Amino acid sequence: MEYKDYYKIMGLERSASQDDIKRSYRKLARKYHPDVSKEADAETRFKEVGEAYEVLKDPEKRAAYDHLGANYKSGQDFHPPPNWDSGFEFRGGGFTDADKAGFSDFFEELFGHQGQGAQAAYGSQFNARGQDHHAKVAVDLEDAFQGATRSISLQSPQLDAQGQIHLRNRTLNVKIPKGVKEGQLIRLAGQGNPGMGQGNKGDLYLEIHFNPHPVYRAQGHDLYMQLPISPWEAALGAAVKAPTPAGKIDLKIPAGSNSGNKLRLKGRGIPGNPAGDIYITLSVVVPPANTDQAKKLYEEMANTLPFNPRADMGV
Amino acid sequence: MTKQTLLTGILVEDSNELTLGELSRACGKPAEWLLALVEEGVLEPVGDNQSQWRFRGYCLRRVRIIQRLESDLGVNMAGAALALELLEKIDELRNQIAVID
Repeated sequence: MEYKDYYKIMGLERSASQDDIKRSYRKLARKYHPDVSKEADAETRFKEVGEAYEVLKDPEKRAAYDHLGANYKSGQDFHPPPNWDSGFEFRGGGFTDADKAGFSDFFEELFGHQGQGAQAAYGSQFNARGQDHHAKVAVDLEDAFQGATRSISLQSPQLDAQGQIHLRNRTLNVKIPKGVKEGQLIRLAGQGNPGMGQGNKGDLYLEIHFNPHPVYRAQGHDLYMQLPISPWEAALGAAVKAPTPAGKIDLKIPAGSNSGNKLRLKGRGIPGNPAGDIYITLSVVVPPANTDQAKKLYEEMANTLPFNPRADMGV
Repeated sequence: MTKQTLLTGILVEDSNELTLGELSRACGKPAEWLLALVEEGVLEPVGDNQSQWRFRGYCLRRVRIIQRLESDLGVNMAGAALALELLEKIDELRNQIAVID
């Protein structure tokens, strides 16, 4: 088990006041909140900060944690000394109000081993439907065109016969239907948390997210992309090949096109009823003048084409 | 434990919307709280009266975000609703930038 330096995680000195701790938590929680931050490790950081705050905000837990000493380094192998928490009042008190799922083994070992919430109401007639479970799934954009199956690993809490909560890992193979959109939900009936007594199982909701794609950006059913074209294709018009997630297509570039012009491919976006569109933004790419012949051609244009791209600026 | 059966879910979208009860169950919050979100203009149910209300899939996503903002950051409902709107706007702009870049 690795030692966690809760002060370091919160960016604080060990001498920080309770007010400092609260302020730092508020700031970091906003910064790393997974709904707010787009940083890749936001969720991990957010959980770490939540765990650190759970300990440091509670004077008793903090005192016990401080009691371990300041000599451990973050990530160092750690085993709590015997009776390390004797004399501290939180013993047996278990968790306060935080959702401890996702807290580290380190936390679990120190503060989480007792008094874990729910007791199985055995013998009674208590029946309740299980809670619905939510998870996020990353798929490729192409999966929205062809459909796919994804294997999804979930952790869900479960009560054992002694009324203790355990996290259970399970893997589900789920069909990703054709036509899914960013942020859309798939509901799997009866795949949520188990109910109590005769209660039915909850549902599982999967929230779909697309992995970043090198060519396309999805917005609802529509896709956006840039298509590079040559100056002569733009000026004279041309038939070019363009990629779509469903395969190559022939695209007509109208004569007199320019960078920033948009073309719409109707019904070529994410399949559905109706299917989305693909919006193409043209981007004229200038060939390099890296041969004598190329230079000569550019010079010829310079001499024969009366063209001032800055005319609108009055210069 | 591994289950090898292939599960097929239902796409939550316009064609199969959630009732107030289903939405309440899906987020584990009481209906009163959801009614307040309708008042706040965050959720736009389809249907004339409360018993016929149907919520589209995006409503559940919004509810979940509001829920997390409220519990994790200690903002109130109006604040969470504002943050949600701004987040959605940022997402849209980020998407546009990604296309330009």
